[in-house]
Amino acid sequence: MNPQSRLRRRLARIEETAFLFLMRLALISVVMILGWILATLLIKGMPVLSWELISQPPQGGYYLGGKGGILNAILGSLYLAAGGTLLALIAALPVVFYLTTYLHQKTRRAALIRLALDVLWGIPSIVYGVFGFLIMLSLGLRASLLAGIITLAFLELPILIRGMDEFIRTTPEELVQSSLAVGATPLDTTLKVISRQTLPGLITAVLLAFGRGIGDAASVLFTAGYTDHLPTSLFEPAASLPLAVFFQLGTPFPAVQQRAYASALVLTIIILVISFISRWLISRFNKYLVR
Amino acid sequence: MAECISIRNFNVAFGNTLVLKNIHLDIPCGQITAIMGPSGCGKTTLLRSINRFLELSDHVTIKGEILIDGQNIYDPQVDPIDIRSKVGLLAQRPFSLPMSIIDNVAYGLRIHGMADGKDLHRAVRHYLEMAGLWEEVKDRLREPAVRLSIGQQQRLCLARGLAVEPEIILADEPTSALDPISAQNIEQRLLELREKYTIVLVTHTVRQARRLADYLVFMYLGEMVECGEASAIFSNPQHELTRAYLHGAIG
Repeated sequence: MNPQSRLRRRLARIEETAFLFLMRLALISVVMILGWILATLLIKGMPVLSWELISQPPQGGYYLGGKGGILNAILGSLYLAAGGTLLALIAALPVVFYLTTYLHQKTRRAALIRLALDVLWGIPSIVYGVFGFLIMLSLGLRASLLAGIITLAFLELPILIRGMDEFIRTTPEELVQSSLAVGATPLDTTLKVISRQTLPGLITAVLLAFGRGIGDAASVLFTAGYTDHLPTSLFEPAASLPLAVFFQLGTPFPAVQQRAYASALVLTIIILVISFISRWLISRFNKYLVR
Repeated sequence: MAECISIRNFNVAFGNTLVLKNIHLDIPCGQITAIMGPSGCGKTTLLRSINRFLELSDHVTIKGEILIDGQNIYDPQVDPIDIRSKVGLLAQRPFSLPMSIIDNVAYGLRIHGMADGKDLHRAVRHYLEMAGLWEEVKDRLREPAVRLSIGQQQRLCLARGLAVEPEIILADEPTSALDPISAQNIEQRLLELREKYTIVLVTHTVRQARRLADYLVFMYLGEMVECGEASAIFSNPQHELTRAYLHGAIG
């Protein structure tokens, strides 16, 4: 081997080592930030996380350190996010199927729709909140669970559509053709083959949208409002966990501020549980997938 | 010779590139017709025009007629769905559907409402037997189809195609992704099926064409160079290009 190529090989090895170091550094920082957030929540929230906190609505004087809990916000958040995701899903599925099945060849039009959805995805949630508020006023609704659900559905819609769209686009062309080759219509193919093949991806997209919905404070601030009562009607205001965190942290009382951390912990646990359920669902369907 | 598929002045272009030039061809009924030629000669394009798969590609222009049983399948009145249940396709690489073995075969039957309940099971068995797969899978019908070997999956795809009772089977280099034993198995099935179906086989190996073909079509750069009885062409090719290809000088 001549000296020049030996030198190049050594340089390549140094390069490799340096980049490996950088990648590991980045990975460790990300994990550490996540660990830091979780640790903060656990350390500050765990001591006040009690059965009372998650099983009761606030009693009189709760925000001054009085008795009660955040059941109003837990239920409110679950209703809001579940309702919003469901509503968004109902609107998203036809759009996704149309986009991937029938606009398949009209790439220009499809690209335009995707661009529009990507822009929508990037719009700050407070804008959705304001928009939802205006719709609410024009419909003569007041701040209510229903208005919150509708606003969250708007917020989640682009995430759902683009998420599912990207997963469906990974379906091998030959698989689609296997279905068409036996005389299946595009609709048959979409409903019976593509949706089955991409189910794990579809579930992931739903989870992503749900996560965005349940964690969002700004869009429900004006639309769902806030109340200490448990949500019982679509037409009454409903509390939510992100706003519960916000209001409790805003009080001057350390005891109440601690409950904000506990509320954030509850929110995180809810998302964790939902992740586990969806992962379990995905693993059940994975064995049929064509690779 | 009773012709089953008549291709008339058929031209196909992708964008500005003409890939099939004025093809004029009659494919006989109840025989294996092999379309042979080097890569890029347009043989797969020709095959995919017979089940109207061409239009799934972007920027494709199609001119001319293809008549099946006297009906032009490119007539605007004709629904490609009907054509595809009449003309089955065995692809180059087997793609099982993301479901169980039994559901793969039942897929077309269910879509076309051809069988249900007990009949369905009987039908699935029948077509798996025709594809020579029944003995190997009869105890694992509910397992995901993707667990089968690639050769078994190709026979499953054959059974899935047969189940919708096509008249014509298109096979696009159906053994090129398979090991020699599985390939031989597929060739055996095609020979058995020749009695009942019109089979159009795309192949780039001369030996496979020799083993299977009754009728031979040789294509080169988008044009049909020569067609006729396989035995006649093999023993005495009329065209210089065909001769060169058969002797391995081109392709």
